[in-house]
Amino acid sequence: MAPTNLQTQAPVDLAAADAVIDSYQADKSWLVMILQDIQEAYNYLPQPVLEHVAVRLALTPSHVYRVATFYASFSLTRRGRHLILICDGTACHLRGAENLQEELTRRLGVAPGQTTADGLFTLETVACLGACALAPVMMIDGTYFGKLTSEKIVAALERFAAKEAPDA
Amino acid sequence: MPEARMNCLADLRGRQERARVAFYGPKVRLSVGVGTCGLANGAGDVLEALRDEVARRGLDFTVRATACVGLCEMEPLVDVLAPGLPRVFYHKVDPARARDLVAGLAKGLHHGDWALMRADQDKLLVDLPRSLTGSLNGLAAVPTFEEIPFYRHQMKVALRNCGFIDPLDVEEYLATGGYSALAKAMESMPPEQIIETIERSGLRGRGGGGFPTGKKWRACREAHGEPKYVLCNGDEGDPGAFMDRSIMEGNPHAVLEGMAIAAYAIGASYGYIYVRREYPLAVDHLRRAILQAEQAGLLGINILGRGFDFTVRISRGAGAFVCGESTALMASIEGQAGEPRAKHIHTSEKGVFGRPTTLNNVETWANVPVIINQGADWFAAIGTKASKGTKVFSVVGKARTTGLVEVPMGMTLREIVFDIAGGVAGGRQFKAVQTGGPSGGCLGEDQLDLPVDFDALTAAGSMMGSGGLIVMDDRTCMVEVARYFTNFLRRESCGKCTACREGVLRMYELLEKITAGQGTTADVDLLEEVSRYVADNSICGLGKSAPNPTLSTLKHFRGEYLAHVTEHRCPAGVCKALTKFTILTASCKACGKCSKACPTEAISGGAKKVPALIDQAKCVRCGSCREVCPFDAVGTE
Repeated sequence: MAPTNLQTQAPVDLAAADAVIDSYQADKSWLVMILQDIQEAYNYLPQPVLEHVAVRLALTPSHVYRVATFYASFSLTRRGRHLILICDGTACHLRGAENLQEELTRRLGVAPGQTTADGLFTLETVACLGACALAPVMMIDGTYFGKLTSEKIVAALERFAAKEAPDA
Repeated sequence: MPEARMNCLADLRGRQERARVAFYGPKVRLSVGVGTCGLANGAGDVLEALRDEVARRGLDFTVRATACVGLCEMEPLVDVLAPGLPRVFYHKVDPARARDLVAGLAKGLHHGDWALMRADQDKLLVDLPRSLTGSLNGLAAVPTFEEIPFYRHQMKVALRNCGFIDPLDVEEYLATGGYSALAKAMESMPPEQIIETIERSGLRGRGGGGFPTGKKWRACREAHGEPKYVLCNGDEGDPGAFMDRSIMEGNPHAVLEGMAIAAYAIGASYGYIYVRREYPLAVDHLRRAILQAEQAGLLGINILGRGFDFTVRISRGAGAFVCGESTALMASIEGQAGEPRAKHIHTSEKGVFGRPTTLNNVETWANVPVIINQGADWFAAIGTKASKGTKVFSVVGKARTTGLVEVPMGMTLREIVFDIAGGVAGGRQFKAVQTGGPSGGCLGEDQLDLPVDFDALTAAGSMMGSGGLIVMDDRTCMVEVARYFTNFLRRESCGKCTACREGVLRMYELLEKITAGQGTTADVDLLEEVSRYVADNSICGLGKSAPNPTLSTLKHFRGEYLAHVTEHRCPAGVCKALTKFTILTASCKACGKCSKACPTEAISGGAKKVPALIDQAKCVRCGSCREVCPFDAVGTE
């Protein structure tokens, strides 16, 4: 599905961003860490927050934007409630990671980098999760799934989708 | 219960002794490896079962969470240290077995029949050797650590303590002699002598470059400018490598101690550890280790009352491979985009924040305390003429036993792949081994007798790299491997210099064309030409080494490239456009495994004695059927 348009969103509460910036004493050398913590708090990096960071750290907005777009883990658009990282490290690749990514794409209906229409899952490929001995591997919200197969993918997706059921 | 801050060396020795008594003391100590691999294999449930069963039975046992001992494939692993008995390791433990284990130990009994191995001596498993022999009480048949093929040829120096101590408790590090090297350095070694010791040991950078560590330290000590910085590169970006993750997760204090020794020798007062975001557990363990070390007076202000200050902070990477490069890493710490710069000025003179800086990799730091404790001569006696000590490798891919191994330099690749890792999985044919990550190269069967040595591997067109060792079998397409690495590098190129930004992209396009079955021999020649251009004209190491996977496969596996372009055939049966899977009816036993594995339901039959049949219209050429077939009944055309 197409990513949601950040321009149309409601005004953003900057309190959480201020808390993060204060925890680094508004020291601009911690910009990369500050943006990571902000992304954790907001799910992504909303434009008004980036502008606020620039003001608080006495940096130009273009500098903050440059850093926010340089690193792969930053997202300027809202992401799904669960983040699926499918590893395409060398060990995983040799053991069929590409086919598993295609399986995920078939099941979720989204390509890597995209979010499902229900906002539940964002699919991303990563260079290496560092669990190569258990290749192929994927990670959902920090939980590893090793020696991955199509069956395990189905079970994992069902498990996370069930968590979102209205009565859960 | 935490002990007070230590203010002198006598405090440290007293506390080490108390910790040691507790570690090897009268209580049974159970531990589970809950590093990343362990957790992925269910070690968390095993840990919970052990704790619960111990509590339920009201036993006075210690239950600990450790990290990785390297045998990832056998996880979850439980390590039992009971007074008067050897250390015993159990593998593939599930919660039920964990409970049975506790039940047995409550009566003083081991389950010798389940055990993987025993250790009669904690020799180099931990910092301080300790003999554990006593009664063998039913354990005589359990092989020792040294008898297991996976461990027999290994030598643990950088990986000592990993998986053997609780990384979240500084007392366990102290129990095994931790921080003795820092104490020794501050007490009896002038900075000059520390640097001279590291120089004489022959230690070279373990991140891949192989630059002499002592030389770096000396240049930084002699550089003008205050304050000075000591950095740890934990941005282990090479896909297929996880040595540094294991050390940061399993023995974070070893890294901190190494950095503190260097800071003392160089005159640095600040340190940063740069860790990639994909390693949340490593970040957590380092953070807690720093906190504990500060509370204990081992880091921070006035360390051990010696008037030496050294503060360490963690900087998390945000997903850029290029940040493993030293100048890009420093830019990232400063809050910039992680772009490298040309190295006209040395890091030792003007590094992070424009100040003199020493940057070493995680594994290098972990070696430092051992060198200070054991001496330069001890370390220099291990290895080859110009590559001293040991090297840690993550042996992955199509190896039979995947995991983390540490071997003395000079061991051949053949010994690592066949003697330690047991050769190729599933009895397949060995084809190549890839070292050095995306910047490294592929080496074939005829080069397996190369020794693990910085210079020998570089001369062969690969490189030591950080230690990823990826085994490939006859079902690995070398052209596709080159395409894979080049695609990775294309994405990770920061875009600053044209040679890398455009050149690697063109290489990738050519490789795509060849693997898609549309290449010609002229494309192969052009690929080679562009590769050489990129290697010669890029600014930083990423671009300079980016053509290595392509050039090394062109050199050693050119025939495979030619099969793609002249015969329109992928010999390994990997490239989808050139591969068609069919069932060899004569060999098919109709077991049904292939149709179960097929993600697109393209296989019919395969049950009730009817041989399977692949519907080519539905087949997505993933090769799952071939992977699972026990009878080699899936062929390629």
